[in-house]
Amino acid sequence: MTERLPAEWARLHPMSPVARGGKAIAAVAAVSAPSQLSEGGTSVERLLIDGAVAVVIVIGGIVSWLVTRWRVHEGELQVETGLLRRESIRVPLTRVQAIDVVRPLVARILGVSELRLVMAGSGSGKAKLAYLQEDKALQVRLLLLGLGEEPVPDAAPSFVVPITEVPNGRLVASSLLGTPAILAVVLGAALVVLAFLAPAAIPTTLAGVGAPLFTSVSAIARRINVEFSFSVGESPDGLSLHSGLLQTRAETIRPGRVQGVRLVEPRLWRRFGWCRLEIDVAQQREHEVGQEDVQKLTRALLPVGTRTQAEDLLARVLPGAISTPPMGSGVPHRARRKAPLSYRRLATWYDENHVAARTGRVQARTVIVPRHKIQSVRWTQGPVQRRLGLATVHIDTAGKHWRAAARDRDAVEGQALLWQLTASSQAAPVGSLFSPQEAG
Amino acid sequence: MQTLQPSPKLWRVRQCELAIFAIPALACVVAAGVLAGLLAALVALLVAAVAFVAAGAALRRRVRSWGYVERDDDLIVARGVMVRRVTVVPYGRMQFLDVTAGPFERAFGLATLRLHTAAAASDARIPGLDKDEAARLRDRLAALGEARAAGL
Repeated sequence: MTERLPAEWARLHPMSPVARGGKAIAAVAAVSAPSQLSEGGTSVERLLIDGAVAVVIVIGGIVSWLVTRWRVHEGELQVETGLLRRESIRVPLTRVQAIDVVRPLVARILGVSELRLVMAGSGSGKAKLAYLQEDKALQVRLLLLGLGEEPVPDAAPSFVVPITEVPNGRLVASSLLGTPAILAVVLGAALVVLAFLAPAAIPTTLAGVGAPLFTSVSAIARRINVEFSFSVGESPDGLSLHSGLLQTRAETIRPGRVQGVRLVEPRLWRRFGWCRLEIDVAQQREHEVGQEDVQKLTRALLPVGTRTQAEDLLARVLPGAISTPPMGSGVPHRARRKAPLSYRRLATWYDENHVAARTGRVQARTVIVPRHKIQSVRWTQGPVQRRLGLATVHIDTAGKHWRAAARDRDAVEGQALLWQLTASSQAAPVGSLFSPQEAG
Repeated sequence: MQTLQPSPKLWRVRQCELAIFAIPALACVVAAGVLAGLLAALVALLVAAVAFVAAGAALRRRVRSWGYVERDDDLIVARGVMVRRVTVVPYGRMQFLDVTAGPFERAFGLATLRLHTAAAASDARIPGLDKDEAARLRDRLAALGEARAAGL
């Protein structure tokens, strides 16, 4: 390996200010260009103002680049940045959970990448190196990971064994078979019909319908942008995911850090036999600019794929987990009076390592949680459930996106489940806890 | 292993909190009397009185519904009348504990103990503990938590 980690203070890639300011400059251009054109000719004044804004952005970027430096010292990654408010970031490399490689569009053109260090605690959004030269970034990533843990085995720098890929045609097709797409089509059709019936009402309707139409179209676009050319591979430190149309993103999921897996089977995908596999990990990233796209989507391990593919990936992150409800895992027949739409799908099953619960009115959603990740278990019973002798058992994990809930189980069975999942050696306490009468 | 309950003084705290709402209610009664006459004031008073008695009865049952059990490996907290909730938190999963006391709780020498796990949804708390009991429980649970700590 030619690259070495800097023991003395080093600067980031000289193109960093351009890569960082690229988005802002593009925004200025986008605002400025139409107004320039619409006025029938370029007005010098406007051009000067917009030019000045762009120059300020670039100078700001250059200053920020000049005052930012990084090094690796005594097992810590140290980053110092900020001109007026000096900031010094120390990241103990042993605490690093993973390092993602992010490449926004401008950075891809310039041939640079950003390294983002993922920590378990909050406030880890600041631990990043933006930007490094592409090849160098990959090597630095491995070196940093190698310092953090026991050295990475003598693997080639990007030693990834491909497991599966998602064809882009299927991704686009599946995106068009979802709620946002249906909403967009309905709204669009309504607009067209209206255009024929009452052309005068168009502007006012557009004002009301425009926002939801825009939201649903951008939701589809976002999904395609983030999950485009998706591939999963096996790397020495876990499953490595790679995807993205404009901004590409490479990340590594360590199997031991998975808090839960969710299998979603949308109604419209059923005839194609497709499903979606998502994972939840315990990490709290700060919301920051440029990351909204990823934040809004739950992290997919398989954006769309066949059941076989999903089973294969599931076996890699949670070995031994069962994704189809076994016999007798459903809810009592009387539960249909409380949950008429979903009671056929409701099911809960568990073995010594995993607990799984399926819910969903329109689409089946199965959440599978490793039992050693369970933080607490809650048994709850509302008034309707009490009348029917049912109860719901919630299984809490440190994941951010969803929780497993064993809905509408038989109340007594739910109590047994509660004691099972907390795995206490002690006998269950007396039943008075579960009735609202005073316990004392 | 027995089910313990918050101090009976918790009911006093809740009564005080309820009394706070009596001030705007009384103001409404007076306003009704001034603006619309004695009859309106009497009706308003009656409505307010019924509402307070009902709220008081519901609160009394809610206060009595709290219970907690310290087991060898986990803490069980049960609460609720309409919606009954039983929460089990293994000691090893506790991230930290905190003891808080509002103004009324302080006046009666009570405190609320709250257990935090890595899951945001856990929400295990026990209100209305005697100060000494809260401190004892906090120290005991903290010690147990440390002994059984498990990572994420």
